[in-house]
Amino acid sequence: MIRALTAFVEELRAVGVPVSMVEAIDAAQAIEHLDLASRDALKSGLSATLVKQARHLAAFEAAFDVFFGTATPPGEQAAAEFAQQAAAAGGAGGGEGAEELFEAIAAALNAGDEEALRELIRRAVTELSGLQPGRPVGGRYYFYRVMQRLGADRLRLRLLEAVDEDDPLARRIAEEDIAALIEMLETEVRREVVRRLVADRGPEAVARTLRTPLLEDIDLMHATREELANIETAVGPLARKLATRMAQRRRHGRKGRLDVRRTIRRSLQHGGVLLDPSFKPPRKSKPELVLLCDVSGSMATFARFTLQLTFSLAAQFSNVKVFAFVDALDDVTRFFGPGRELGTSLQQLSSEAKIVWQDGHSDYGHALDDFVRDHLSKVTPRSSVLVTGDARSNYREPRVEALAEIAQKARALYWLNPEASRYWNTGDSVMARYAPYCDAVREVRTIRQLERFVEDLILPASPAQRAVALAHG
Amino acid sequence: MSGQWTSPAEIADSFKELGYLADTHITQIVYLADRLEKPILTEGPAGVGKTELAVTLAKATGRRLIRLQCYEGLDEAKALYEWNYHKQLLRLQADEGKAWDDLEGDIFGESFLLTRPLLDAITSQEPVVLLIDEVDRIEIETEALLLEVLDSFQVTIPELGTITASSRPLVVLTSNNTRELSEALKRRCLFLHISYPSVEREREILLARVPELSDSMADRIAKVVRSIRDLKLRKAPSVSESIDWARTLMALGAEDVAAGITDDTLGVLLKYQDDIERVAKELKLAELEAPS
Repeated sequence: MIRALTAFVEELRAVGVPVSMVEAIDAAQAIEHLDLASRDALKSGLSATLVKQARHLAAFEAAFDVFFGTATPPGEQAAAEFAQQAAAAGGAGGGEGAEELFEAIAAALNAGDEEALRELIRRAVTELSGLQPGRPVGGRYYFYRVMQRLGADRLRLRLLEAVDEDDPLARRIAEEDIAALIEMLETEVRREVVRRLVADRGPEAVARTLRTPLLEDIDLMHATREELANIETAVGPLARKLATRMAQRRRHGRKGRLDVRRTIRRSLQHGGVLLDPSFKPPRKSKPELVLLCDVSGSMATFARFTLQLTFSLAAQFSNVKVFAFVDALDDVTRFFGPGRELGTSLQQLSSEAKIVWQDGHSDYGHALDDFVRDHLSKVTPRSSVLVTGDARSNYREPRVEALAEIAQKARALYWLNPEASRYWNTGDSVMARYAPYCDAVREVRTIRQLERFVEDLILPASPAQRAVALAHG
Repeated sequence: MSGQWTSPAEIADSFKELGYLADTHITQIVYLADRLEKPILTEGPAGVGKTELAVTLAKATGRRLIRLQCYEGLDEAKALYEWNYHKQLLRLQADEGKAWDDLEGDIFGESFLLTRPLLDAITSQEPVVLLIDEVDRIEIETEALLLEVLDSFQVTIPELGTITASSRPLVVLTSNNTRELSEALKRRCLFLHISYPSVEREREILLARVPELSDSMADRIAKVVRSIRDLKLRKAPSVSESIDWARTLMALGAEDVAAGITDDTLGVLLKYQDDIERVAKELKLAELEAPS
């Protein structure tokens, strides 16, 4: 058991879930108190001790299925399974077998007969996966193969046909029931495939082929819609942290000026001894944040992310100003702010904002010029400016002096570039020309990198210091 | 002293009697927390029963519940202990003329200490349940204050020395995940993520809390609530809100959920006007739009 546990912890670390030594020991101690016959008990115990962040739970579950999934059947049975598999793989697969299984599974799903369903899934994987012992192919491949041969999409339609509801609400509920059923089927098939693979190749090898990046490691430029939706929930806490970092924070623990009136008032309780001095609470400074977001086509996915970030920031702080640009720039602050919903904000942004001037290809120079001409007064020595974009200006004049002017007026200017830094300054990227005017230029392709940027963020203490730093940097 | 229970199933039973339907995941972790003497850190959306878990835990074990509500700016004096200046001063005045050494030993004694929740939990003679609610609201620097209490159940007061708990409290921390907690804190806890219950469990909860509900009605309500949660509203309905909603529907004598979904009752479930409008639109409730 301990061996399995250490291998499992290794796997979690390899995926990127931080598991400390102490936590691994806790897990080992927890195991002593668990009913090991129950898979769920083991799962609860390990998740409570090893995973301390909700967004890592999905990775934990995937790895758990590989390492502690359904018990491997004894040798003979496994051998028999493989023999069957080999036979099935030799034949055509699909054909009548698949059709019969399809009907049977549809019936079992309809009836909610879990026992029958499990048996059918075992058969489906045997007959349809084409899994052969010893062949190194990723686990995901077999899963898709089974689902495709079985006709999972058709299955959904079949179940929908059976729904006989006119009432829209009842219909919607029925559709969601079916979606849940199909999801359950997918999970079970995936588990079964994993179980077979583990029996053949051992958990370590299988886990390697099944790894998916953690939420914080997903490339934001190429995230899928589903991944983005998950990322959106992770952005909230991060935005809050960023905002507090951006605020001019006083050193922790420092109190404000002595409050003479209250101190004397309090001293009356102690017979006039000034025992308990009272201080005025330090004024909370509000962060002023100015965001310039490239929302052109090449940035579409990333732009959605930055706007989500903006959205979370704007929901908490009134002093956030948002400007979007493609080859022209417009103030879009009005679309964000408390009580707004991201979807409508994005819609309004694309339909109402004047962000396209000529052809809808990024033109950083023109956008920056627009900003200096119309909005420079909104930048004050207290505002931090955040530019997000790939600095690919389609070979147009970058107008670095416009950025220099903004940088000079601001307290700090940061550039977040969603492109891998090795591609900067290739082709039409002019990152290097803008860089001298930025307090920092960071590659931010993942949430993890954004987190690190937020962690490291130290605002320049004073404008004078900053001028010196920029001159030398 | 550990080992209040002999199995997770026992916990489920005793919780159920108190009207808290815990799934096996929750009971398993509560059981482990009891066995390993570790705090539980619960996280999840608002209103899924995180705080309720601690309250139920206290009731089930017959322990006193001590609650520390966290907020921004919470400090040592509010969480741990404070010296009672006024009493100390009175003492000094009353004893004028006495030797300094006597006095000093005197005024820094336990009778001049104002205990706050954390110290209270440590010094308590009978075993307690300590609930540290919404721990994500305190600043990250203040978190450090909790660490000594959480891992060795002791408090160090410079003038008095270290006070160790005579009986180990069961500790539950709750977080709404508005910010990330420090590694140090998380490492010391068992992590329990509570999300919205499955349809089946929500139905059971509804039936347990609103006994006059029929089976089919509870099922319907649970499913409509699932639909609504999928919409990604500004504030998704919590379990307690769906219970309230079920009660409202019952009170109005609604026979079907569809008939019960009106602007008036949705206000029980949802807390923003634009959410209400969105739900009405998305669930295609034609009859809502007709009258206006």
